[in-house]
Amino acid sequence: MDGNGLAVKVDKETRRQGDKGQRVPLSTCLLLIPLTFLALFYFYPLIAITRLSLAPHGTLDVRSLAALVSSSYYLRTLWFTTWQALASTGLTLAVGLPAAYVFARYEFPGKTLLRSLMTIPFVLPTVVVAAAFTSLLGPAGALNLTLMRWLNLDQPPIQLLGTIWMILLAHVFYNTTVVLRIVGSFWANLDPTLEHAAAVLGAGRVRRFLEITLPLLTPAIAAAALLVFIFDFTSFGVVLILGGAQFATLEVEIYRQTVNLFNLPMAAALSLVQIACTLGLTVIYTRLQARTARPLNLRPQAITQRRPATFRAKTLVIVTVGFIVMLLVTPLAALVWRAVGDGWQSFAELSINRRSSYFYVPPVVAIRNSLLVAGITVAASLALGFIAANFLSRTQSAGRWTAILDPVFMLPLGTSAVTLGFGYIIALDRPPLDLRASPAMLPLAHTLVAFPFVVRSLLPVLRGIRPSLREAAAVMGASPWRVWREVDLPIVGRAMLVAAAFAFAISMGEFGATSLVARPEFPTMPIVIYRFLGQPGALNYGQALAMSALLMLVCAAGIVLIERVRVGEVGEF
Amino acid sequence: MNAKFYSAIALVALASVLLASCAVVSTPTTVQPTAVSPIVAPPTRAPSPLSPVATPALSGPPRTLTVMSHDSFAASEDVLKSFEQANNAKLNILKSGDAGAALNKAILAKGNPLADVFYGVDNTFLSRALEADIFEPYVAKDAPAAFQLDKGSRVTPVDYGDVCINFDKAYFAQKKLAAPQTLEDLTKPEYKGTLVVENPATSSPGLAFLLATVARFGPDKYLDYWKQLKANDVKVDDGWEAAYYTDFSGSSGKGPRPLVVSYASSPPAEVMFAKTPLTDAPTGSVVGDGACFRQIEFVGVLRGAKNPDLARKFIDFMLSVKFQEDMPLQMFVFPVNPQAKLPEAFVKYAQIPRNPATLPPDDIAKNRDTWIQKWTETVLR
Repeated sequence: MDGNGLAVKVDKETRRQGDKGQRVPLSTCLLLIPLTFLALFYFYPLIAITRLSLAPHGTLDVRSLAALVSSSYYLRTLWFTTWQALASTGLTLAVGLPAAYVFARYEFPGKTLLRSLMTIPFVLPTVVVAAAFTSLLGPAGALNLTLMRWLNLDQPPIQLLGTIWMILLAHVFYNTTVVLRIVGSFWANLDPTLEHAAAVLGAGRVRRFLEITLPLLTPAIAAAALLVFIFDFTSFGVVLILGGAQFATLEVEIYRQTVNLFNLPMAAALSLVQIACTLGLTVIYTRLQARTARPLNLRPQAITQRRPATFRAKTLVIVTVGFIVMLLVTPLAALVWRAVGDGWQSFAELSINRRSSYFYVPPVVAIRNSLLVAGITVAASLALGFIAANFLSRTQSAGRWTAILDPVFMLPLGTSAVTLGFGYIIALDRPPLDLRASPAMLPLAHTLVAFPFVVRSLLPVLRGIRPSLREAAAVMGASPWRVWREVDLPIVGRAMLVAAAFAFAISMGEFGATSLVARPEFPTMPIVIYRFLGQPGALNYGQALAMSALLMLVCAAGIVLIERVRVGEVGEF
Repeated sequence: MNAKFYSAIALVALASVLLASCAVVSTPTTVQPTAVSPIVAPPTRAPSPLSPVATPALSGPPRTLTVMSHDSFAASEDVLKSFEQANNAKLNILKSGDAGAALNKAILAKGNPLADVFYGVDNTFLSRALEADIFEPYVAKDAPAAFQLDKGSRVTPVDYGDVCINFDKAYFAQKKLAAPQTLEDLTKPEYKGTLVVENPATSSPGLAFLLATVARFGPDKYLDYWKQLKANDVKVDDGWEAAYYTDFSGSSGKGPRPLVVSYASSPPAEVMFAKTPLTDAPTGSVVGDGACFRQIEFVGVLRGAKNPDLARKFIDFMLSVKFQEDMPLQMFVFPVNPQAKLPEAFVKYAQIPRNPATLPPDDIAKNRDTWIQKWTETVLR
């Protein structure tokens, strides 16, 4: 698409707007786009399904809500959901923050590759991850066999599968990349001179971190922690498959009530509780954010990063990278190992329609479909997310609009996919919005999930831009468009790439929402993986693993490409 | 990637062009939904099921027949193509999640259906579909009476399958232990820690196995049986994929447990989809009296279908020998049409239980949720 012609047009339009009339600022006008999107594809279906569930005959039936509050089982489920999410978030931060530091402050070989590899867990179907963990940590897994041989044991010493530890470990495995990317990219642009000044004044390492770095990092850490928490709070596959049936989160219970028991009132009540928790948490976060965000001197990475020179720095980098590789990359390697374990037969088999099936999907088609949906998702969620984040960053942090809109933008993440999927069936059923069985549902659903990520990735950085920079540019006669292009874009570019990587990964791996819409044949890679896993036989299993390996490869390649994007100074910063 | 980045910027730009002229901006509020679609069916013309409204045109542009089903629906290309050609039709297949999710969507879309035909409701969920009244009656040409569970002919049986316990032959040979024969055997000490089952609340074979235990031990005693299974260290997984590929030792996932709740058709599938040719199935099925539960799958014309005549033709087609003989190798189910021949691998490697457990659909409908609830309280908590 030719963006330049349009850009010139916009330039003129905005210039005309620039004169301080009674006009509403552009950022407010643009806000209508994400708001309309959310209204149509989030609130409308959600309200429709809630109304049908709780007030089928026009009057509100609160019996299910009452039953929910009075049942000790649901309260216990809520409690379990909350504490496992808190514990998982804490552990993820404990692993992710040191990694973020090392990635932000040091240059070392293989950094981009490692960062891309760390995003891969994000796209992997849970069943496949379960296979990887089983082959490593299971009773007959590599680790147990090795330990048994070394220590002469009769029983496998590590019994993690089916315990809460497995759930926590899997959550760390999936989400460390969120902390690394959001905090890491922010940290990388933080001006080190403040710390240097403190060092000159005699502050020790710990004190410098606690009193200078940590307060400055708080917005990014809070944003990452919020995302991770909501992810863990609404966890579904990890809890079911790796934890086992004895663990149930709210999301699991909502699915059970909706699909298996078809008890819509109870499902709606549980959904509302889950949404209320997300909302409450985001409101607290927004308050906190208002007090901690401050404009900063964000610096290009070339200034903030160096090669590890001292012994201490080298050790730090090696230990951290080693730990990350052990925790995140070993399971991936185990998967690839299994996929190619007995040759390339399964990969070759992918291209053969052995059963002459009507639904056979050549791997190239699955890859193309996945990339197409991911491309649309990246473009749409970046556009919507940037508009939303930009608006939030320009208003007073403690302002009325931010207080309302910021939590609203986060809601799609905290909403059960099954609830929303059923909402689509009953709400979007009349032209012009008869999208129930439209292929457009896929990128739509993915964009809805990716949008909150984009907002969270961009906001800390946008808020960090000093208004004086923009004002100075404006005083010197730059149009608003030019101000954006020359001041905002270079600084926010890095965060845009982070957001793009997230949106890409989310779309490539998304299966939950995909399976909840009624879809015509448009098979993406995760759909093909589940298709193979649904049938017995070594060849089916082998092809599922082979397709998973391809998914990892395509995803890693896509993210490396995104990381290499250079638009002007965008990637450099 | 540059292209993507530019197109993102261009999108923003385009939007701003559109909106730049908006001079007066009211407070941006979320759009209030105006109407929630009613769940009550609008008045539909209900054509008499036996007299087609009009003979379908066999010339002209093909009509689209939409078939809604679960994710496991599969068929050969030439088989479906032959239907399209014979009827000047184009098939549009909507896969709508697992069996439960697909049915619930069909029920939610009642009155304004997403499709003409729904395939894949089984006897454990049949009553839910019939109570919701989503199907129009139709007596298919070759409807097999033996499998028909609805007297009103609103649905037509298409296939059946037996949910049985599979065992890993190598494990039992190596341990010099006989594989279990009946459900009762599973509570014996020699089978401690060997069985993995699926959660009946989230999995269709899991529910079928629970129903087998209810049929075998009675609604008063089945929980006692499950207490014994629990004491014998049964593992519960949420779905078939995890149970079969992560925990079962007889699959290529090489899990730790040699017994799993799966299907009588899984052993032949292991032979057909082996990586190296096998002369025998690596797994077998426990087919003693009442150890398996028979699932029957049905198809029906959705009320308010746009092409009811074509839909009825499709149902006839599903019962034809051509489609019925294609099903075993595509979906690993057994044909209901007695004229359909089973593929060789099925004859050789599938053990068909002589006395599978069954329960009347009305019984299942009335008690399913209670049984699951009580099971959950006994086994999981």
